[in-house]
Amino acid sequence: MSEMKKIKNLKEFSTSADRFEGANLLCPGCAHSIIVREVLNATNDDLILSASTGCLEVCTAVYPYTSWDASWIHIGFENGSTAVAGAESMYKALKTKGRLKQPDRKPKFVSFAGDGASYDIGFQWISGCMERGHTMMHVVLDNEVYANTGGQRSSSTPIGSSATTSPAGRKSYGEKKNKKDMVSIMASHGIPYAAQVSPNKWKDMVKKIQHGLSVEGPSFINAISACTTEWKFDPKDTMAITDLATDSLVFPLYEIIDGHELNITYRPKNIVPVEEYLAAQGRFKHLFKDEYKYLIKEWQERVDAKWAQLQRREEARV
Amino acid sequence: MANKGWDEFEIGAMLRSFEGPIKDIATTHQEDRAYSGNNSFTASVADWRIEKPVFNKDYCIDCQFCWIYCPDISIISRDKKMIGVDMDHCKGCGICVEVCPTNPKSLLMYSEQTDEEQALAAWPAKDTSKADSKGEE
Ligand SMILES: Cc1ncc(C[n+]2csc(CCOP(=O)(O)OP(=O)(O)O)c2C)c(N)n1
Ligand code: SF4
Ligand code: SF4
Ligand code: SF4
Ligand SMILES: [Mg+2]
Repeated sequence: MSEMKKIKNLKEFSTSADRFEGANLLCPGCAHSIIVREVLNATNDDLILSASTGCLEVCTAVYPYTSWDASWIHIGFENGSTAVAGAESMYKALKTKGRLKQPDRKPKFVSFAGDGASYDIGFQWISGCMERGHTMMHVVLDNEVYANTGGQRSSSTPIGSSATTSPAGRKSYGEKKNKKDMVSIMASHGIPYAAQVSPNKWKDMVKKIQHGLSVEGPSFINAISACTTEWKFDPKDTMAITDLATDSLVFPLYEIIDGHELNITYRPKNIVPVEEYLAAQGRFKHLFKDEYKYLIKEWQERVDAKWAQLQRREEARV
Repeated sequence: MANKGWDEFEIGAMLRSFEGPIKDIATTHQEDRAYSGNNSFTASVADWRIEKPVFNKDYCIDCQFCWIYCPDISIISRDKKMIGVDMDHCKGCGICVEVCPTNPKSLLMYSEQTDEEQALAAWPAKDTSKADSKGEE
């Protein structure tokens, strides 16, 4: 593992010089940029970045502006990961041939993509990057919906959420399929590092980003990104909603090393009922009607079962 | 900067963040960077705001919660001190106010038209109904 930026506490972290800029066009209160800031500020190394089509990409590269103070590329919806993988391969080849102009600089390769671009449309491309073993990190900004095109469901959209292609109404409670377990799928490639992160737990996030950036080979990060527009909550509440997500264990924080060593990295002191997380967002409003209340109970049971499973995996190291 | 028409914009073009080279961007703060006209830092989203945050440094404990959770790089912190809000880039989301742990808060939202001096002069007193809140790591 290579040497990493020292970040003892938040005061020290706040001396970072951001390489992501304001006057981008993300919604007020959008968690995408909070996540991007925490990822980029976790290192002082040079960065080779990409973003797949989605809110982050369209809002930070609005002609004639860029909001990125680092090498950054966008190609399509599906291939942000492979763009970075290509750059990483070139870097390795030039290094082997001794043709790097500044061999002392050790750039980090990071691709950002939404859940639509990662769980669905760029799925095989990311899988290819993980399998081929590029030294790169893929970060999912997981807002559980195709936000940029108006809130269509993705395979990350959870049961009971109202999305524009799975709307709640008189005949339906919204999305009927369960969220895909992307962290496990990616870890199953046997990659050195996979983790789930959340921007409210900035220290855990920085630790995991630094771990991922310091290994040889691919790392995969799934970051919960509360979306004020599609989840339907007030922009000021982005961090409060995120706290509810981690403290209700709807979004547990853990890491998987080398595909098998699972560590839970955050155990809430007071576990919040899932109901509170659901009640805080308009996308789940209909679940509180009498005929759908059984779904809230099922939600809690699913979350409890997942938490029990994570704990068993942590113990068993499998 | 002279805007090009959409059909004059080259595919695969590069938008330069800075005028000329910077040795180490990761340790150079905004005030020392030579931003190019292509960097969104040179633009403003101030007209998005309906409400704005006002900062009262008398109560601030420099915990930096506002800095870490501001989505828009609009909390200016230097040398571990919170020194103010960047009003060109703040979108008025109100997150900084929500996460500020002091009592009374060191940041509060006011309508965009509010006079800052007046807001500071009429800052609310400590809310004694709440348990003492302090910053934590
Ligand atoms: C191949 C392809 N299909 C569809 C689109 C249209 N499209 C652009 S962004 C987007 C949604 C992105 O969703 P996600 O990846 O979850 O990112 P978010 O906007 O939610 O951050 C879609 C469907 C496209 N650009 N390319
Ligand atoms: S729609 Fe959601 S993800 Fe997209 S910019 Fe707005 S808050 Fe962010
Ligand atoms: S209101 Fe929002 S954008 Fe403005 S400084 Fe506070 S957190 Fe940042
Ligand atoms: S959150 Fe409040 S107390 Fe903490 S640095 Fe910001 S203004 Fe000061
Ligand atoms: Mg999405």
